[in-house]
Amino acid sequence: MSAVAASVDRAATADHPVLAVRGATKRFGSVMALNDVSIEVRRGEILGLLGDNGAGKSTLTKCISGVHQLDAGAILLDGAPTQIRSPADARFAGIETVYQDLALFDNLTPGQNFFAGRELAWPRWLPRGLRFLQQRKMDAETRVLLANLKVTLPRLDAVVAMMSGGQRQAIAVARSTVFARKVVILDEPTAALGLRESRQVLNLVAALRDQGNAVILITHNMEHVVELADRAVVLRQGRKVGELVPTKDNKQELVSMIVGA
Amino acid sequence: MPETGNTGTTAGEAALPESRKQEAVPGLALGLALLSAGPVVILVLLIVVLSFLSPYFLTGRNLSNILAQTAVISVVAMGQHLVILTRGIDLSVGSNVALASVVGALSFHAGAPAFVVIAVMVGCGAAVGAINGLFYVFGRLPHPFIITLATLSIAKGLALQLADGRAIPGMPDSIDALGREAVWGLPGSVFVVAGVAAVLSIMAKTMVWGRWIYAVGGRPDAAVRMGIPVSWVLVSVYVISGLCAGIGAVILAGRTDAGSPLFGNLLELDTIAAVIIGGASFLGGRGHLGHALIGAIMIGVIRNALNLLNVNVFFQLIVIGVVIVIAVESDVLRNYLEGRVRVLQAGRQS
Repeated sequence: MSAVAASVDRAATADHPVLAVRGATKRFGSVMALNDVSIEVRRGEILGLLGDNGAGKSTLTKCISGVHQLDAGAILLDGAPTQIRSPADARFAGIETVYQDLALFDNLTPGQNFFAGRELAWPRWLPRGLRFLQQRKMDAETRVLLANLKVTLPRLDAVVAMMSGGQRQAIAVARSTVFARKVVILDEPTAALGLRESRQVLNLVAALRDQGNAVILITHNMEHVVELADRAVVLRQGRKVGELVPTKDNKQELVSMIVGA
Repeated sequence: MPETGNTGTTAGEAALPESRKQEAVPGLALGLALLSAGPVVILVLLIVVLSFLSPYFLTGRNLSNILAQTAVISVVAMGQHLVILTRGIDLSVGSNVALASVVGALSFHAGAPAFVVIAVMVGCGAAVGAINGLFYVFGRLPHPFIITLATLSIAKGLALQLADGRAIPGMPDSIDALGREAVWGLPGSVFVVAGVAAVLSIMAKTMVWGRWIYAVGGRPDAAVRMGIPVSWVLVSVYVISGLCAGIGAVILAGRTDAGSPLFGNLLELDTIAAVIIGGASFLGGRGHLGHALIGAIMIGVIRNALNLLNVNVFFQLIVIGVVIVIAVESDVLRNYLEGRVRVLQAGRQS
């Protein structure tokens, strides 16, 4: 597959991992949600994160995106240990997350959603909340962004409540592309979508990678892993049980790692 | 790029039915447009019908009277509207008006000049609002109902205590001027309402703060994850609501030349009713200041009309209650229709 070869080239040029998690451990009461898990991901690379329900995928990504804090272990960004105490910290550090529930504001337009919490506004010397919105600039950037990603929406001035599941998913993924500078985490981005809508979202994921982001993709769909992921890490019961380059031929091996058979 | 080659076809296919998308839901779109214009349409109809029913209704004097009588509800409803936008409620506004007016009257009798009296009233209102917001957010209360119910009681008690249970007559002349005719046969209070409306709507529409209010009301958990300072946005709306109550106290004090612990009785209900009747959503995140104003004026028009038509006072409460039910049901209907539009669009896509 030429796509894989191309991204391996890209990975080779950026040899150091932009994000590294070392010895991540997280407990919830007596449950060991993560037990000494280490992963690395480079620029221009998609890392598939696989595992059954409760394997620790979501916990691991929530620790990276600042929703949970690790009990032990470290998160390194560009080689430097980084404390991520809140989702705002993570965004500030260049880590974007596309949540499974999308975290879209139904009462806002696509453009307003893209810039929520990071509105373009002036003057700079005022506190953030008291600045004036640069609405036209944000509208223009929204149009350019959607055109670049080849996302078509019925109307840019309609609130996202009126849009279909695929359109909403596309908006959520596109939002992460606006500000992603280092890492994008996607939690089951195609779980609720039909065939064609899934395709559109997968193309967006590829676009994120091509922009030079390190992408962590959580999914249950083996076809998508084989197609997109440069490497796959498998978690089971909070431990990392395997890491390999997914191909059509080792799909079965991946599945047995996931279920532990 | 080989792997993005198929993006083009997807976009192309999706672009095709685009033109059909708009025209395929005209029925639903019309229904939605009617519902969002509903309060204005009803208000206009009400005015037309009433001008036939009563010869006095459409006189300049009566209309100016309606605006003067709804000035307090209007200004406090605008603050209440911001709170409701964030899925909250401020039950303390009525007592807050009473307390602010009493504190203002006491400061006047202690020899404070007019601008200090105004500052004291507005500041007192904002302080009660700040207490509401800070306790709700940082006291981790499950719902603002509880803290604003508490301050409703505390502010009322404090006002009665400070004023010894009686109205305190006497206000600076420049405050009294708000109750008198100013320009075009309109009382000064109407211009205060217009000024507050202008400032608040500019803030809500053009400032980042305003956008955050809608984001917090639309989806509080997502607002946190998007790095919006949700706590401070919430505190700010309660402060503004209290501030509006303080301005309401100034208007009421000007109209009556007094401060009184009995001011603002049931004002919390009137303002909540105004916001809902005006067409803002009780579910948060939807509506604009115009809704609060239209709702307040509609309440004023209904009361005025029932007076002109010699309908008994008790009946007014029933009518306004019925109007609230209609307004909330039309909000429910609007949400349902939007759901239908979404389903139709999804169906057309796949």
